[in-house]
Amino acid sequence: METAYIEVHNLSKTYSAKNGNVEALKSVTLSIPKNEIFGVIGLSGAGKSTLVRCLNLLEKPDSGEVVIDGKNLLTLGKEQLRLRRQKIGMIFQHFNLLEQQNVLDNVCFPLEIRGIPIKQRKEKALELLQKVGLGDKAEAYPSQLSGGQKQRVAIARVLANEPDILLCDEATSALDPETTKTILNLLKSIYDSMGITIVIITHEMRVIQEICTQVAVLDGGTVQECGSVTEIFKNPKSRAARRLLLMRETEEMSDVG
Amino acid sequence: MWDETMIVMLLEGIRDTFYMTFVSTFFGYVIGLPMGIALTLTDKGGITPNRTVYRILDIVINVTRSVPFLILLILVMPLTKLIVGKSYGSTATIVPLTLAAAPLIGRMVESSLKEVSQGVIEAAISMGAKTSTIVFKVLIGEARTSLLVGVTIVLGTVLGYSAMAGVVGGGGLGDIAIRYGYYRYETGVMLVTLIFIVAIVQLMQVVGTFAAKKLDHRNQE
Ligand SMILES: Nc1ncnc2c1ncn2[C@@H]1O[C@H](COP(=O)(O)OP(=O)(O)OP(=O)(O)O)[C@@H](O)[C@H]1O
Ligand SMILES: [Mg+2]
Repeated sequence: METAYIEVHNLSKTYSAKNGNVEALKSVTLSIPKNEIFGVIGLSGAGKSTLVRCLNLLEKPDSGEVVIDGKNLLTLGKEQLRLRRQKIGMIFQHFNLLEQQNVLDNVCFPLEIRGIPIKQRKEKALELLQKVGLGDKAEAYPSQLSGGQKQRVAIARVLANEPDILLCDEATSALDPETTKTILNLLKSIYDSMGITIVIITHEMRVIQEICTQVAVLDGGTVQECGSVTEIFKNPKSRAARRLLLMRETEEMSDVG
Repeated sequence: MWDETMIVMLLEGIRDTFYMTFVSTFFGYVIGLPMGIALTLTDKGGITPNRTVYRILDIVINVTRSVPFLILLILVMPLTKLIVGKSYGSTATIVPLTLAAAPLIGRMVESSLKEVSQGVIEAAISMGAKTSTIVFKVLIGEARTSLLVGVTIVLGTVLGYSAMAGVVGGGGLGDIAIRYGYYRYETGVMLVTLIFIVAIVQLMQVVGTFAAKKLDHRNQE
């Protein structure tokens, strides 16, 4: 097996809410190899988002370690963390584009953050938009795009900084099955064309099946099982995995019907 | 009564009203905008939560906002005299007007900036943006429509306050309305000034709303 690129050790996170505390992550340990497409699956509330948000410290864990390429992010200073984040891309379920900026400026934004001169910014952004098949939408605003197109813009934007890690939190959950497929294909072609470690968070088994090589099954804030996708599909050990597989079958049936 | 001096006086009144309203609103934003930004950043759920700073700003704003403008006007007279050199006239009125506008602006800015979706802010954080970039590009950039609507509301409010300053010889249309309508029972003059005040507020409202719409790229057809 390849060396681990992202390692999570004993990660715990508890949210305090009005009606009691929620243990979103309970001592999660996970090892994600370099240049893999790694899936994390679980039912709603399993702690998937919390886990992935801990990987770039959008969420501060209560305890544990997040080690990326041998460095514990929690030991980084504010400025170091900021710079490290520039190489950890993240795409979201609801795209999170700047609504008041056109598509080109959205893709330019990460480059602007890094202080790239405006001319180079625009060139690079256009190139990326062409890569995701939106070369003709540069002047459009996000509100004029479909969900799939918005996610393509978000992908172009995230690629602008040439990240070594791409975190995807339910990146296809707001999209229909057809569009989901095209977005997953786009992610796959990006994966094939550049050395990148992709972490895919989803509650849909078919997303895992389509694109991931390894998967961790999360339930109740703990990793239930972890291994190769083919192995877990063939022989699911945890209750959560079996339930998710069952759900996929009903989904497929309803797609046909 | 409609001789040349009267017309000149009305025109000067309009000029003074514009002068007081715009200059006070400008200085109001010089103070209020940073306040609104600080409130947004330091509130819990903001990007740099700080309970103490938030509480202090919150209290300062609440207290200053609850002082009626006429009382504020009289209260700050010594300060006005210190800054402007006298405590009456249009320029002097700018001091209390600014102080009345600033906390209102702080609140309006806060509420506009808090409309920006948490997701977009998080996206910027995940890209490694500096706080200053997030403030200018994401918060202010994305909330600009709402901020602009806020500016029109503030202008209307400050104009209303400026008319009150007429009570102490503040100058502008309000001053004329009070001098002629209240002290001399010349209702005609008072009505004319009133019409001007309403028209100016309307005009600012229309221009502001138009500009806000023009600048808004969300949900366009
Ligand atoms: N900011 C928060 N405050 C309080 N509780 C939270 C917060 N964020 C998450 N939680 C709770 O933590 C648990 C895990 O949430 P998380 O968002 O990680 O789940 P998830 O697996 O991503 O679910 P979903 O598929 O619905 O997105 C849930 O019970 C949730 O209610
Ligand atoms: Mg989630």
